[in-house]
Amino acid sequence: MSRFAAAFAKSHPALVTFVTAGDGDTAAILDALVAGGADVIELGMPFTDPMADGPAIQAANLRSFAAGTTTADILAIAAAFRARHPDIALVLMGYANPMTVRGADWFAAVCKDAGVDGVICVDIPFEEDDSLGPALRAAGVDQIRLATPTTDAARLPAVLDGAGGFLYYVSVAGITGLQQAAQASIEDAVARLRTQTDLPIAVGFGVRTPDQAAQIARVADGVVVGSALVELVAQHGAGAPRHIETFTRSLAAAIHGAKEIAA
Amino acid sequence: MSTQPNSYRSQPDERGHFGIFGGRFVAETLMPLVLDLEREYRAAQNDPAFAAEFDDLLTHYVGRPSPLYYAERLTEELRKDAPAGKGAQIWFKRDELNHTGAHKINNCIGQILLARRMGKTRIIAETGAGQHGVATATVCARFGLPCVIYMGARDMERQQPNVFRMKLLGAEVIGVESGARTLKDAMNEALRDWVANVHDTFYIIGTAAGPHPYPELVRDFQSVIGKEARAQLLERTGRLPDLLVAAIGGGSNAIGLFHPFLDDPSVQMLGVEAAGHGLDKEHAASLAGGAPGILHGNRTYLLQDEDGQIDEAHSISAGLDYPGIGPEHAWLRDVGRVDYTSATDKEALDAFQLLCRTEGIIPALEPAHAIAAVAKVALEMDRDAIIVANLCGRGDKDIFTVAEALGTQI
Ligand SMILES: Cc1ncc(COP(=O)(O)O)c(C=O)c1O
Repeated sequence: MSRFAAAFAKSHPALVTFVTAGDGDTAAILDALVAGGADVIELGMPFTDPMADGPAIQAANLRSFAAGTTTADILAIAAAFRARHPDIALVLMGYANPMTVRGADWFAAVCKDAGVDGVICVDIPFEEDDSLGPALRAAGVDQIRLATPTTDAARLPAVLDGAGGFLYYVSVAGITGLQQAAQASIEDAVARLRTQTDLPIAVGFGVRTPDQAAQIARVADGVVVGSALVELVAQHGAGAPRHIETFTRSLAAAIHGAKEIAA
Repeated sequence: MSTQPNSYRSQPDERGHFGIFGGRFVAETLMPLVLDLEREYRAAQNDPAFAAEFDDLLTHYVGRPSPLYYAERLTEELRKDAPAGKGAQIWFKRDELNHTGAHKINNCIGQILLARRMGKTRIIAETGAGQHGVATATVCARFGLPCVIYMGARDMERQQPNVFRMKLLGAEVIGVESGARTLKDAMNEALRDWVANVHDTFYIIGTAAGPHPYPELVRDFQSVIGKEARAQLLERTGRLPDLLVAAIGGGSNAIGLFHPFLDDPSVQMLGVEAAGHGLDKEHAASLAGGAPGILHGNRTYLLQDEDGQIDEAHSISAGLDYPGIGPEHAWLRDVGRVDYTSATDKEALDAFQLLCRTEGIIPALEPAHAIAAVAKVALEMDRDAIIVANLCGRGDKDIFTVAEALGTQI
């Protein structure tokens, strides 16, 4: 069973956590996420021009660059994570240019070597899939696609074609970390997506509290939390892992218990 | 590419690709909107009423056609340093005489008409020099639409007159503090606004770049420059130019001049990038110093490091201070149809002053780069050769920057 399949086959919804690589002591932060109960880890690749990100993740990118983070560093972080945590699914998330600058085949191969299970590329829609998708599929790395409130019924089949791992539903038309979508709209969207795919559906963008996460976890297979974690790194610096573990534990408790509460 | 295409004017393909360049590299949230825009643009292209309204506004609001002017004194001045028999005639396409003082308004008229067709009720734009911001604020005032302009905080400092103009015209100007606080950062912020306001907002991109169909439609709206220049020169001299020269930020004034001539084999073309402090130092010449990559919706030449992180550009001209270039220029350079060169801050400043003194025209710092290149190549061309350079903006906005660079107190 793939690590994604295992993460989403548990008896409870999955907690998917995002942090930016190279922002703080990433290895310790990733360990804290796992210790707190995260089921899937998204590791953000910093980019100079993060067009889809709000202030929190923009600032995390800048901190990472200030610390001198390179692509080689990020891959080393991923490989070391894989050695410490053989069973936790790991995703690299970022933008097209850092991923494709040495060629899509190169990127797919280094992801594979580092034990990365999946890749989310924010700015390659299916219309440009040939810039990355075929290389990832050939290397056996899942390409996690994004569906959004603007993805209509006509587009959805093409979004799903070639998608792997899980489907990431971006619940708001907007950037990371700002507003949260209304619960009703999330429920409608997830129900609509379910009629079209067997992939697990994780919902993210704007989820900040255990309560929100629990609400979403009642209908989705996974909940993604990013900016709220990244803000803890900003706030606590070197002391962040401890706070991240505590917060992650509260998210995990809320999400993992959600379906039972509903039942 | 080893074989020459039948036409250089049939790009892009249906996916918005110019060879390997261009495309639609945007977040899924924006993709449906970008497809809507393309659909609406195709409909507009087939609608005579759209063309009629565009032409009418260009004539009566913008003041087109702009003159084609033979710069006799500049020509003679440069001939003083030329070898015998050399020193080409220099003509200017005077888009600096347009309403709002630059070519940017041509594109804004076209895009605001598209925005209205699409029923959009709010306009956003990015701006570097402020010329595109002023042009956008102008058409928004003209059509009664609210307007938000994103501008790098550093550019707001060096282009203050334009910031005030935009405010007078009713626009909200939002200073962008991220990155180098210039055009690239303003574009990031405009994209963030757009993705959060897709339902009612139209993004008027100011240059021939961004996701398809922007590079194509901006080119088409700006091609009025080249179409007029072609007809005007034929009428005045009975012949085509030997060389076209234009400055390149994202490349809209250049592609607007070049495109109507691309299939005339006798016409050579030269795009001039900003070499800033020099190509071995900080600059904004993405063809000379960059490599293909993906940014702001398209694949094109970018200033970037080996990890694909985008470098900060530098130019004295805020309008050229961008680490990328429109995808059609990337393609034209790779197929060899257009030549590209660069001019430094200092060369542009010299050319700026040269034009002031010889012709009584204060150019913007952007076309001053084109004039700097003209001053070099004219010396190598025969006296009966004709150069048409795009004088795409006037220099009122730049006098403070120039004064500072020359060490003068105003
Ligand atoms: C007068 C003028 N020329 C040129 C440019 C550069 O843009 P483009 O290369 O799209 O013509 C600008 C941009 O602000 C400008 O204001």
